[in-house]
Amino acid sequence: MSSYLELSARQRIPHIFDAGSFAEFLPPAARVVSPHLAQLDAPVSFDDGVIVGRGLLDGRVVFGAAQEGGFMGGAVGEVHGAKLVGMLRRAVDEGAHAVLLLLESGGVRLHEANAGLIAVSEVMRAILDVRAAGIPVVALVGGANGCFGGMGITARCANSVVMSEEGRLAMSGPEVIETAHGVEEFDARDRALVWRTTGGKHRYLLGDCQALVADDTGAFRQAAIAAIAAAHQGEVALTLAELLAEQDMLARRLRDFGGQIEPMEVWRALGVPDPKAIPMLEADAFVALADNYRAGADAGASTGGR
Amino acid sequence: MDWQTLATQLFPEGHDIVEREHFLSGTGQAAGRTVAVIGTTDHAPIGIEIALAQAQAVLQTVQDHPGRPVVILVDTQGQRLRHRDEMLGINSYMAHLGKCVDFARRQGHTVLGLVYDQALSGGFITSGLIADACFALPQATIRVMGLPAMARITKVPEERLTELAKDNPVFAPGAENYLRMGGVHAIWEGDLARRLAAALAESEPLDQRMALGRERGGRHMAQQVAEAVRTGAVKATDAGPA
Repeated sequence: MSSYLELSARQRIPHIFDAGSFAEFLPPAARVVSPHLAQLDAPVSFDDGVIVGRGLLDGRVVFGAAQEGGFMGGAVGEVHGAKLVGMLRRAVDEGAHAVLLLLESGGVRLHEANAGLIAVSEVMRAILDVRAAGIPVVALVGGANGCFGGMGITARCANSVVMSEEGRLAMSGPEVIETAHGVEEFDARDRALVWRTTGGKHRYLLGDCQALVADDTGAFRQAAIAAIAAAHQGEVALTLAELLAEQDMLARRLRDFGGQIEPMEVWRALGVPDPKAIPMLEADAFVALADNYRAGADAGASTGGR
Repeated sequence: MDWQTLATQLFPEGHDIVEREHFLSGTGQAAGRTVAVIGTTDHAPIGIEIALAQAQAVLQTVQDHPGRPVVILVDTQGQRLRHRDEMLGINSYMAHLGKCVDFARRQGHTVLGLVYDQALSGGFITSGLIADACFALPQATIRVMGLPAMARITKVPEERLTELAKDNPVFAPGAENYLRMGGVHAIWEGDLARRLAAALAESEPLDQRMALGRERGGRHMAQQVAEAVRTGAVKATDAGPA
């Protein structure tokens, strides 16, 4: 058992991909760094906070990326984003079996503001190009920095999202919302509330992630293999049917829970008999219970559920 | 410019765009054909309702009017900053909108964005920035966040950022800077109907923004780095000309 959360991006790769199989593109030795950080006296990193390359996953050629939360929170700058886009385009060129994204990011890197924003939108479009080429994209979210901002949107452009219960997936961080509307709106220091609002279990119950695993590299690896296999069973590219199902799921969510302010009440409204017990459950026990109640199990590519 | 004035100038042959709670939808006549119009006004924060309404309009267009171009009119202060929207997965609503626009493009719908007032971060990324091409009026404000907030988060003094923003398109708001970086295709001045007609005729679905950013000198590295990764060059500069 090895915690996914506690590892660096570089350490995660050999745990997720077949050991020794991953070849990095534009590695740190190439010394390609952000052109914007020096003028702000901010440190640079020789990988600009993301590792991209090609490896084997269960013997098949899978392209991948891992964002390093330890460098500027995994945020996307000009070079970071361009590395992701280059890898995604190469995955199409070489006919990859799948693309696996180990996401950990605060979103746009504010030190490179406008360039970061454009970069995230380029990554989003490149992911959808990969899917359009019939290559599934799977996102793993289980790092300490979560997956926020533009990368929170980007994750949901993948065929499926795998999360641990410690993983967090959202758009604006709690601090941003607290700054905008006060502590009564969202108390960023209330860790239990932050977790209930953005954590893996809540996302799984809502239907925004398709697999929920324990914080364990082996569990993430197995879930990634299963998610890729499941995606290949159906339509990999976006389809009208998938988008209509998602429209329906999101409209029902708004209708049924739009008036709620507490995630636990959403779980109760889904039919979960004892919402207070949810945070205490181990991943396997939680999934066994949640599969009876979770929404969206039939919307989009799904790796489990009903 | 208010949306009514804009609509009149974009569609002198007529339009039936209506506003409902800051959400714009309808059609306009451009160069002898009907285009679908969606958008927002009054610097609307993009919450889950408005994202879903825009997605619905795009899907409806794809289903009922194959091939009809879509024009997205952008005026937003960014994503809505509320606990409730986060709880309900606003990132999924935004992604859904982005996927609907992307799907429309692949089904042969030209999709153009036009920032006519203000565009900020999360509200822009799945509207103008996911279109085939995004345009802006000269007075448009486009940015990730204001310099004071940026100073607080990056811990770089605001005076320093203000100084840098003078000649560095990365930090400064404004359509001109996004033009230099390739995020905005062109700035529309003069006869807007003619600009729209020309853009509809010239549009093409490939993402050219990195190449534009390099050509225009606002984003030097993105194209080189992406090409180096794609082609397996050892250094970013080995990837050859863009």
